[in-house]
Amino acid sequence: MIIEGRVWKYGDDVDTDVIIPARFLTTSDPEELKVHCMEDLDYSFSSEVKPGDIIVAGKNFGCGSSREHAPIAIKASGISCIIARSFARIFFRNAVNIGLPVLQVEETVSINKGDLLMVDIARGIIDNKNNGESYRTAPLPQFINDIFQCSGLINYVANQKK
Amino acid sequence: MGKTTAEKIIADHSEAQELNAGDIVLANVDLLMANDVSGPMAVNTFKEINADRVFDHKKIVLIGDHFVPGKDIKSAEQVKVIRDFAREFKLLYFENEGIEHALLPEKGLVLPGQLIAGADSHTVTYGALGAMAFGIGATDMAAAMLTGWVWLKVPETMRIILKGSLSTWVSGKDIILYVINKIGVDGAVYRAIEFTGEGVDSLSMESRFTMANMTVEAGAKTVFFEVDSRAKNYIAERTSKQYRAYSSDSDAYFCETLEINLEDIDLQVAVPHQPSNGKNVREVAGVALDQVVIGSCTNGWLEDLRIAAGILEGKRVKQNLRLIIIPATRNIYKQALQEGLLNIFIDAGAVISPPTCGPCLGGYMGILAKGEKALATTNRNFVGRMGHKESEVYLAGPAVAAASAIKGSIIHPEEVVN
Ligand code: SF4
Repeated sequence: MIIEGRVWKYGDDVDTDVIIPARFLTTSDPEELKVHCMEDLDYSFSSEVKPGDIIVAGKNFGCGSSREHAPIAIKASGISCIIARSFARIFFRNAVNIGLPVLQVEETVSINKGDLLMVDIARGIIDNKNNGESYRTAPLPQFINDIFQCSGLINYVANQKK
Repeated sequence: MGKTTAEKIIADHSEAQELNAGDIVLANVDLLMANDVSGPMAVNTFKEINADRVFDHKKIVLIGDHFVPGKDIKSAEQVKVIRDFAREFKLLYFENEGIEHALLPEKGLVLPGQLIAGADSHTVTYGALGAMAFGIGATDMAAAMLTGWVWLKVPETMRIILKGSLSTWVSGKDIILYVINKIGVDGAVYRAIEFTGEGVDSLSMESRFTMANMTVEAGAKTVFFEVDSRAKNYIAERTSKQYRAYSSDSDAYFCETLEINLEDIDLQVAVPHQPSNGKNVREVAGVALDQVVIGSCTNGWLEDLRIAAGILEGKRVKQNLRLIIIPATRNIYKQALQEGLLNIFIDAGAVISPPTCGPCLGGYMGILAKGEKALATTNRNFVGRMGHKESEVYLAGPAVAAASAIKGSIIHPEEVVN
């Protein structure tokens, strides 16, 4: 799978309360959630994000609560993948489980807002069209690749049931 | 080489004979839990694949605690989703009885050596009783309700050795804020934490629950306290079920070992907007407050209410400051009533809420307006956590909370009591 998209850039420790504040957790409808995605951190996000865009952040992205509403809101916004120096573990597994690619890359500081990235998910290679740089991600464990192949855990489980 | 507690418990819950940190396995759960935020999403996902049975209805607990009693129409409908689902599949269900992480231990549902997956990040709390408990998401929950397993990466373990004993006023909240400040909000990501050392002996069960609860604020996957006589007594008072307690071998691999002398720890306050911003209370004394909240799965225990009542007795809360007190479970509420604590709170001018998460996550029952400052015994002080994105939350234990409510600004309790 090859993804091409523009970068939304954030810092370290972006928590689930700013990704989707708890005051909006009275719904689990992705269409409602996406309207408030990132609003306490970046008010322009939900109105300006385009399908295929990519979030790039520093360390510990998605720390805080276990709310799956967070990766769902991001995915519903059209974000095609998230690249961060590291992820909080529940956010990471939630993203994997809903089939939203999450990639860990050391050099996120050299990626800027608005950069155009080409991401080869399977091979774990990211090309930055703006500065010509290329970054590699740690390879994903087989089980996690299998989940991505099924577009998420629930399909993986449903396939096994058959 | 020896094995850690986490490696042993996961191995005993999977098909693997032996496991090492970093391995990914499918592990069978002893207990699954979801609440009125994570549960509805899990139920919808479960229904999407037309699943028509659960793996074991006695091992799944659903709890209405975040937005109960019904806060508004939307949340009422969310709670209804899990209530109806629990009825349909004959699951354990609690509503209005308390906050999940205080309620499950109290009901005797948490046992040492169990593997517990909860669709809530503070599920780690049960590590105070020697269970391997960790947070999962709603899709995990849906899949596990059907299959009985979750996928897991075996964590490395970091050991925190506690020495000495606590100074006056200091409790589990201060220790954990001190630890998070030392290691940072990602200091334990993907790791299990083990608290050991002679310092643990002096810690009440409440303090251990508080500490275990907040290890997730340093990113921990799970946490263990040794199952000593205090823990065994706590369990024996609640259930006669059998269990197996695990501990790490002395030659197991620990990725990091930290030694902490409890005598070095004074009362802590974590300033906005990270739980790792812990400071000595004297450094932040004087910050004016609009609201104080004593409650949550972190510090809504009976011991916390006793400490608060000891300070508030015969005193009045500062004019124009709102003090909100939330016993974590119905049982704690009742005991506080019988001990006369609630009278003390009412006379001091506090509002007492039924057991709920309420303001802890900015749900209801104490939302902050723009520019307001609150001090809370909860676990997170993120931007907008308790209301408007320009409001601020300071985290502390019950002693600082009660004293600060009287003074109207952050203060060391000894200055109010004497
Ligand atoms: S009290 Fe707060 S931290 Fe605890 S379960 Fe409720 S919302 Fe979560």
